[in-house]
Amino acid sequence: MDRKIRVLVGKPGLDGHDRGARVIAAALRDAGMEVVYTGLRASVPAIAAAAAQEDVDVIGLSILSGAHESICRRLVEELKKQKADIPVVVGGIIPAVDHEGLRALGVAAVFGPESPLGAVV
Amino acid sequence: MSTTRSGIEVKPVYGPDDVTQAPPPPGEYPFTRGIHPNMYLGKLWTMRQYAGFGTPRETNQRFKYLLGQGQTGLSLALDLPTQLGIDADDPEAEGEIGKVGVSIGSLADMEELFAGIPLGKVSTSMTINATAPILLAMYEEAARKQGVADDRIAGTVQNDLLKEFGARGAWLFPIEPSMRLACDLIEDTVKRLPRFNPISIASHYRDAGANPAEEMAYTLCAGKAYVENLLARGLPADTFAPRLSFFFYTYTNFFEEVAKYRAGRRIWARLLKEKYGAKEPESWRLRAACVCGGHSLTRAEPLNNIARTTLETFAVACSGLQSVFTAAYDEAFAIPTELSARTALRVQQVVAYETEVAQTVDPLGGSYFVEALTDRMEEAIGKTMADIDERGGFVEALRGGYVQQRIAQRAYEHQRAVEKGEVAVVGVNKFRTVGEAHEEPEMEITSASPEAAREAATRVARVKKERDARKARAALRALSEAAAGQGNLQPHIREAVRAYCTVGEIASALKERFGAYQPPTRF
Repeated sequence: MDRKIRVLVGKPGLDGHDRGARVIAAALRDAGMEVVYTGLRASVPAIAAAAAQEDVDVIGLSILSGAHESICRRLVEELKKQKADIPVVVGGIIPAVDHEGLRALGVAAVFGPESPLGAVV
Repeated sequence: MSTTRSGIEVKPVYGPDDVTQAPPPPGEYPFTRGIHPNMYLGKLWTMRQYAGFGTPRETNQRFKYLLGQGQTGLSLALDLPTQLGIDADDPEAEGEIGKVGVSIGSLADMEELFAGIPLGKVSTSMTINATAPILLAMYEEAARKQGVADDRIAGTVQNDLLKEFGARGAWLFPIEPSMRLACDLIEDTVKRLPRFNPISIASHYRDAGANPAEEMAYTLCAGKAYVENLLARGLPADTFAPRLSFFFYTYTNFFEEVAKYRAGRRIWARLLKEKYGAKEPESWRLRAACVCGGHSLTRAEPLNNIARTTLETFAVACSGLQSVFTAAYDEAFAIPTELSARTALRVQQVVAYETEVAQTVDPLGGSYFVEALTDRMEEAIGKTMADIDERGGFVEALRGGYVQQRIAQRAYEHQRAVEKGEVAVVGVNKFRTVGEAHEEPEMEITSASPEAAREAATRVARVKKERDARKARAALRALSEAAAGQGNLQPHIREAVRAYCTVGEIASALKERFGAYQPPTRF
């Protein structure tokens, strides 16, 4: 049987509202994936290091505070530096005008509130 | 049979047999019908819209705009670095400065924030927790510099650290020193500032996933933990209980929300009178503010949110709460624009002035359904409170992660129920418009300018350069030494603020002694 998909769910930045991150983590787990949750206020280097160490297939970030541009830019750079080719997806409060900018940075997908769990899975 | 959000069964028809107790008149113990005999006939609720972003100057302008539109109190939003004791020139603050609130680095920023706003006439509520001792000291100092006497300084600091561990995540120090700082602030403030609420025990558990009965239960359990800490310091309940205030979330489940507040008042009054021995009726009254919105708002078809917040605001008015914040319809996108902020205030004004809700006290009192539901809610809340008691109280239940896991489980259950269509969310899982209407509308987005971050860092650097360096150093040293002892820390924090020490410096001095909280990463 194929190896289970491994996902890192990260809550970078200073915001502490992790309802979304926890719900997503539980949904991914129930969909049969292995989930690593890095907890609140994980730094960008810590998330990149954990992703490499845990050999995850994808990184999911939850960002609500408006700091998404800065965080995604730094994470994508950090992953490049470590030559880790791991796709990054983002969910949270992300204005539509910023979606294209995030994709241009190398973010694979952007989800908002009410994105059904199935679509994310 | 259908059920409420808390799982209470709802019968098709209610009648006299469903009401077991006729509550006493409003203003009488245990205050089911309201904490005052005349409620809004005496004083309407305070309309307090949460605002703050970017620089102190920008927020100062938004405050003046809202006051000009008829708002009756200020509510200050602070950015995350300020909430977490990180100065604007610290790399950790990158990307977060001025984003979810205004950046306040030192007393100098606080003075600028309230320039031209008479602090003897308005009251200010500050959503600040881990750094509440610092921000309160800055606020009173800014008021004093305007010539305002201590007994005219009015407002609230949230200062509820337990819900940071339980739900909101903006903690800084471990649980014990956090409780110490919170209760030091309460003890010090009740002695000096008679019109200031030193805590607003808040129910963010709800927005994190808890159901309404659990929300009330966890919040009252937190209230008990603070009361017990203060009693253990030798303070009689009547010296501080009248100054404790609460903060709740209200969603669209109208009748259950009304029942929640009526039941909560009853439980709190009985606790204070019977368990904690408070003698003064003022100590038994649960005074509460609330937010209408939060997780009940949707990103899909955002104008529908105006209907939601209107129902929620009306529910609060029917419940007799003291202060209301109605969220803006664009909350699921970004911080409110001037239009959405004004519309939210108008929702409150329409409820207050175009309906009869403020003309009579407890207009739903005596409704078979509401009275019966109040009893059922009281039972449900009591059951969860007993569960927490059995686990050694709220602090213990948080330490082990029990509360956090229960809440996360509820959030997951709710999301699944929404996706299965068991809980209706109009425009999302019911009557969902396909195509264009479901696309995100073009909205004017307010966001902090990039200059705001640079400016904040410059202001921190300037204040460090211009202050009396020796005085600042001495104040930080004295604070650090006091933190190693047992005494009240609030006077030392005040001294450091007066010496223009920054939020980051004061938080670091405390962190050296207290260390930082390590959160569990289970989900």
